[in-house]
Order: sequence, then C-alpha cells, then structure tokens
Amino acid sequence: MALHFLTEHEYEVVARCADRLLPPHAAFVGGAAAGVAGYVDLTLGGFEFDPPRIWAGGPFSGRFGGAATFDQFIPLSRVEELAWRTRIEGSRGIAEREWNGPVRGWQEIYREGIAMLADNFLDLAGEEQEAALDALPELKQLLFEHACEACYGSPEYGGNLDLNGWRAIGYAGDVQPRGWRDEEVTSA
Amino acid sequence: MPDFDVVIVGSGPGGATTADVLTAAGKSVCVLEKGRNHLLALEPPFESLGRLSNDEIKFNRRHFLGPDPLLEPRTYRRAVADGDRIFTGDVNNMPSTVGGAGYHADGKLPRYREIDFRLAGELGPVDGAEVADWPVDYDEIEPYYAEAERAIGVAGDHTGNPFAAWRSGRYPMPPGADMFLTTLTGPAAETLGYHPYRAPTGANSVPYDGRPACNNCGFCAFYGCPIEAKGDPVALLRRALRTGNCEIRPESIALEILVDSTGKQSRGVRYLDADGTQHEVTSNAAVVACGAFETPRLLLRSGIGNSSDLVGRYLMFHLQTIVLGYFPFRLHAYKGRDVTHLMDDPIVGDAASAAAAKTAGVPYLRGGIVEHGGSGHPIGEALYTPPGQQHSARMAASDRRDRMVGFTMQGEDLPQATNRVDLDPAVRDVWGLPAGRITYTSHEHDVACAHHWGPRLEEVLRQAGAHTTSWLTSPGTPGTRVPGLQPISRHWMGTARMGDDPRRSVCDPWQRLWDVDNVVVTDSSVFPTSTGYGPTLTLVALAVRAARALAGIEPLTSDRANAI
Ligand SMILES: Cc1cc2nc3c(=O)[nH]c(=O)nc-3n(C[C@H](O)[C@H](O)[C@H](O)COP(=O)(O)OP(=O)(O)OC[C@H]3O[C@@H](n4cnc5c(N)ncnc54)[C@H](O)[C@@H]3O)c2cc1C
Ligand code: SF4
Repeated sequence: MALHFLTEHEYEVVARCADRLLPPHAAFVGGAAAGVAGYVDLTLGGFEFDPPRIWAGGPFSGRFGGAATFDQFIPLSRVEELAWRTRIEGSRGIAEREWNGPVRGWQEIYREGIAMLADNFLDLAGEEQEAALDALPELKQLLFEHACEACYGSPEYGGNLDLNGWRAIGYAGDVQPRGWRDEEVTSA
Repeated sequence: MPDFDVVIVGSGPGGATTADVLTAAGKSVCVLEKGRNHLLALEPPFESLGRLSNDEIKFNRRHFLGPDPLLEPRTYRRAVADGDRIFTGDVNNMPSTVGGAGYHADGKLPRYREIDFRLAGELGPVDGAEVADWPVDYDEIEPYYAEAERAIGVAGDHTGNPFAAWRSGRYPMPPGADMFLTTLTGPAAETLGYHPYRAPTGANSVPYDGRPACNNCGFCAFYGCPIEAKGDPVALLRRALRTGNCEIRPESIALEILVDSTGKQSRGVRYLDADGTQHEVTSNAAVVACGAFETPRLLLRSGIGNSSDLVGRYLMFHLQTIVLGYFPFRLHAYKGRDVTHLMDDPIVGDAASAAAAKTAGVPYLRGGIVEHGGSGHPIGEALYTPPGQQHSARMAASDRRDRMVGFTMQGEDLPQATNRVDLDPAVRDVWGLPAGRITYTSHEHDVACAHHWGPRLEEVLRQAGAHTTSWLTSPGTPGTRVPGLQPISRHWMGTARMGDDPRRSVCDPWQRLWDVDNVVVTDSSVFPTSTGYGPTLTLVALAVRAARALAGIEPLTSDRANAI
C-alpha cells in the first residue's frame, strides 16, 4: 500500500491504537478495520495532493442521488494553506508560521509520540497497549479525535470504509439530494 | 468621483440586506468580505458554486467557512482580574465567508415583542446593568419585519404563538415539517401550561423565490444548504448582483475606515486583498456590517466613532441554558431542520418566575425563547463519548444522538459596560492586526433566569418521556456543569449601541455613527438590549430601514389597526 506520511510501522501502530480507542463491537468492525490509519495517513500527507485533501467537494456524494462530487477536493487560499500546513507540519521555526509563537504540528505529535512507544508495542496485550497510550496524552487525544472523524465522517477522507461506521449506528449519512420526506421526519 | 456610492464591509445577513436595498435603489455598491466565496458565482447568472454539502468533517472539524482559529484567534477573559486573557482560539466564532453566518445558521427567525423595545421604560432599571429603551419601537419596525420575512423567505404560522406581537400580514410560507420529537415535547409542554409553537424559519417549506423547498436533510445548523432552501443571505446577495450595481470582493479584509481631514466624514475603506496587497476604495458612505464582534474591532482599529467610549461595550451573547433529556427510544432528530418548535413562556414570565426574581434580588426575570431541538451528528457524539471498551457500544445505542432531546433557552443577558470587545495587547491575526478580546461575565439576573428555568424545562422533558435529564449553561455559571469556558451561543449584540443621546450611544437612531454620520452600522452591534430571541430577523429588518434611509427612500409604514 502506498503511504503518504506514515511509515508502515507507524501505520500499524495507529491501526492498533484505533482498535483500543474505538474497539470492535457487535455490529462495528472497530477503528482499525473502519480505516482510521488510512484516514490519518491521508490527513498528515494531505499536501501530497493537489488540491490538498483538506476539504472535500460538494454538493453531493452520489450515495443518495446526484453526481458524486465529494471526491473533488477544494483548493485552499494562500492563508488557508498557511494555516493547514502549520497545523499539519508544525511551524518548524518558519517565521511566517509563528506570528503568535511556535505551533506543534500533527505530524510531530504522531511521529514523536509513536517513537516513544515501546518497539514491541504491536506485540503487547490490549491492556498494556492502552496503558502505553495513556502515558502519552497528547498523542492519545489527537488520535482519538482523528479516529472519531475517520469512523463517523464521510468516506471520501479515507475512513468509514464500506460505511462501516455509519452502518453500525444506524445512520444514513449525507442524504442530499434525496433528503427525508415530511412523513419520515414527523412520524416515529 | 468616488469609486462607489457605498462600500459595505461584511457580507452576512446585515451587509447582504443593505446591498440588496441600496442596489435596488440604483446605488453602486462594493462589498468587501474577508472570507472566501463558496456561495455563488460572481458572474451572471450567479449560480450556486455547489460546495456546500452534508459533510461533518469539512464544516464542523476543519473550519471550511472560517475563521480558522490559527489565522484569526480571539481571546477571552471573564473579567479584568483574570489578567490579559485566559483563552486564545475559537470564542463564539462566526463564519468568515461570503454570506457570513447567514447560511451557517438554521434560521429560526421570530420577531421581538413590543416590550422588547422599551424594557427600561416599562420595567425600570436593574442594578449593575444599563438597560436602555431602543430608539425605535415595534410599531415603527413592523413593516420592516414584514419586508425582511419576504426578502429572506420565512415559513411560519402567524396563529401559533399566543404571545406574539401584532402583524400586518401572514408569513410568506406555511411552516415546514415538524420533527418527530416535537410530537412528544409539544404536548408535554402544553400539559404543564406552556405554549410551544412552530418555529418561524428562514427555510422554504414550498418552492419560493426561485429556490426549492427544504428536503429535511438534517444538516442545517453549522452547514450551508446544498440545495439553497435557506434564503439568508444567498437570495439577498444574488438579487443585489443581478441589478448590475453590486461588486463583491471576497478575501478582502477591511483594515480601516478612512476619514477626511475633518475626521467627521468617511471617504472610503482601506483593505488587503488575497495576495496581501493594500488597496483603497473610495465612496460617499461606508456601511459596517462585520457582525457585532468584528464591527467594534474595525471601529477601534480605525479610531472612529468612540467619543462616548462605548465602542465594544455592552457586549451581549444570550446566556444559553441547555437542557437535555434522554429517551428510551430513537427520535431520529437527524431528519429535518435542527429546531422546529419554540416557546416564549420564560420571556413572558409567570408568578413563579416573579417570585424567583424576588429571591434573587433582581426586579424581574426575563428568560429566553426555548428551542425544541435534537442533537448533532455522529462525530460530535463520538468525541463526547469517552474512548475505550464502551465507546462502540454507546455509539451503537446512540443515547446522546438518537435518543436525546436538547432544549436551548436563549436567555436575555443584560447590558453591562464591563462586558466588552477590545483589542488584545499581544495576540495578532495572520494579517498582523490585534486580535479581538472578549471580556464577559453574566449578570446575576441572567444567572437567576438559568437557575430558575433549567429545572422547569427538565420537568417538560420528563413529562415528554425522558428517563434522565440534566441542564447546564454556556458560558458556565456557578453551580452548573460547564461545557467549555467561553461562550458558544453564536449570537453577538450590543457593541455599538444606538440611542438618542450621543454621550450614551455609538450610533444614532438611524444607525449612523454619531461622530461620522456617513458611516452606518447594519448589524446587531446596534442593539441596546439583547432580548431573549435570536437576533437575525431584527438586525435584517433594521438594516432594511437604515439602508432605505441612506438611499433617501421614504420609510415603510404599516397600521396596527389593520393587524391580522
Ligand atoms: C450555527 C448557527 C446557528 C444560528 N442560528 C440562528 C438562529 O436560529 N436565529 C438567529 O436569529 N440567529 C442565528 N444565528 C446567528 C446569525 O447567524 C447571526 O445573527 C447573523 O449571521 C449575523 O449577521 P451579520 O451580518 O451581523 O454578521 P455575520 O453573519 O457574522 O457576517 C459578518 C461578515 O463580515 C465579515 N467581516 C468581518 N470583519 C470584516 C473585515 N474587517 N473586512 C471584511 N469582512 C469582514 C465576516 O467575515 C462575515 O462574513 C446562528 C449562527 C450560527 C453560527
Ligand atoms: S434541513 Fe432543509 S434548509 Fe436545512 S440544510 Fe437541509 S435542505 Fe437545507
């Protein structure tokens, strides 16, 4: 598989962590199989693409009719690119990015955080993996946010594979242009 | 010759309305908007750009409509005693985009009531607040309300609210579909003696003004409407563009309102374009419609309008009381608009609220409108659910999303001079301009309202079938759970109040700066009090009135004797 930022080891670690944070359950395949690591890789490597993979297009995904256009990502303006590069890559001492001081980037948080986990992290038992992640709250919080987005957001961003996240919770997702009929809204 | 008759700064509901009225009157208008244009093509026939979508990541997690808190941080403190600031980032952010927060909003658009315009006169003073009468009353503003409802396209039932002020006509459209949960909360509220009614909403219930009916997609508050069923403000901007008299310049941040050598007349606006190049655009008059956070920031930066020292003061948000009820079955609030019913009872008050006022040592309790709504979308729910073993099980049960009702009371907050927007001494935006800083603490009246109504609204939810209920406020108040330190109401008012006395107000009764009378403010900055209703319909009605005056068109009138 071609990765955009994560190494293969990091990809595996993110997937394992995703299964600890959003575990498999009756109808839900769990964070790993729902595509969290792919989502994180595409987010961290978003600027490998033109336009960058930050904002999906619109108005419709095609899942409920209309032409599918979510996969046509929207270009960023000059200052938006500055913001998103800063957020993802960190300010790295670049003056243009540090007008209010240094910003730690998501790439650093993942890379440094994963490096601090034991080399044999992938071989640890589930509870041990959880404890290791608990000891790195910055990584855990960011990974949790990204895992929630990946599992329960639009699949065009690389997560929610086969709509597993939405299916597990009985959620239709983006319903335009079909929408819901008035009776569907008002009745039980 | 100036470049334009009028330069308008800001393209939200206030600026868009002003542009619509002025261009229809033949004035040439340039609209400067700091945000991007995702709304409509700026060339004929001004069609939708098709970028709005049912996408929680784009709109709720990735600042698609701006402002990105990295680029445009705001700072917050509760009081001067907190030091320079206690938080930097998103403080009640409103979109920074062509159209402003208009299409982000789900558009409950009730009118205010007669008493809202004369609270000081009718109910007297309150210690620690500067409650003031408005320089305009309901009878004068009524025809502008009617015009605003027609221009935006509001769907509603004029017979629904027993407390409503008089009206000269019906709503342009009947109300849209009721959310299922309101078939439970509505009757429950009635049983307990309250008066729920179908929310007047700026979303088409039938095809209107060339745009389709709402199809209940459920991505309403915080999203733009992908099919343009919401008219505010795309309908207004498109109409202005179609006159051929309007130019919209996105990604153009106004740095300063320029004044002539007397200091008493504006001659235009200096702004930065997308590449960071400075320009001046000259005009006979300037309109400031930046929203009640950015408007004082621009006036303070420009050093104009502040002889009263009131620019930025009397900031009001609405103290929101959020009441949650959990039900044993699914309510599918993700189908339909976000809120389909309202009730005014806490605004009107009753014997119990009068008694509670006495106990709290305030002359009265004026709560706010209560919105009967559901919950949000799944990423939001997932983030609120602690990670680990139970996460996936709780998501599948969807207690916080699919089985929850949320009432939001938009509590009237009283104007206090110490609640304000000023310029942060150190934090900067991406253009190097001082960030706006918010200093805000709720008045004891506002807190007493929340504490009185929170438990009563829980009763309604239990009556409706909720097995568990709770309530909290935003911003947090003593003894309540705090969802976050800083306010999140998405309403802003009061920071350039209008009045009859130049020493006690920033704008005159026609919303012109007392100090520079060819600068007109057409947003909710001019509100002397907050009322307990969403601000948008009233700010749009006032913008129609102010813009007509600026264009030299005669005032609209209506006659109470012909009320329906
Ligand atoms: C999710 C949500 C739900 C809401 N629901 C409701 C509701 O149900 N009912 C209700 O009444 N209200 C509601 N509101 C509030 C409503 O959106 C606002 O009251 C309304 O948008 C205010 O209009 P405005 O024109 O004054 O300001 P805004 O809509 O904030 O527009 C101001 C514009 O000016 C631009 N600007 C600011 N400074 C500059 C500058 N220096 N140069 C150039 N451009 C500038 C901004 O980028 C922005 O686009 C809601 C808001 C949100 C976010
Ligand atoms: S619920 Fe209706 S008005 Fe709101 S975004 Fe969906 S279609 Fe548009």
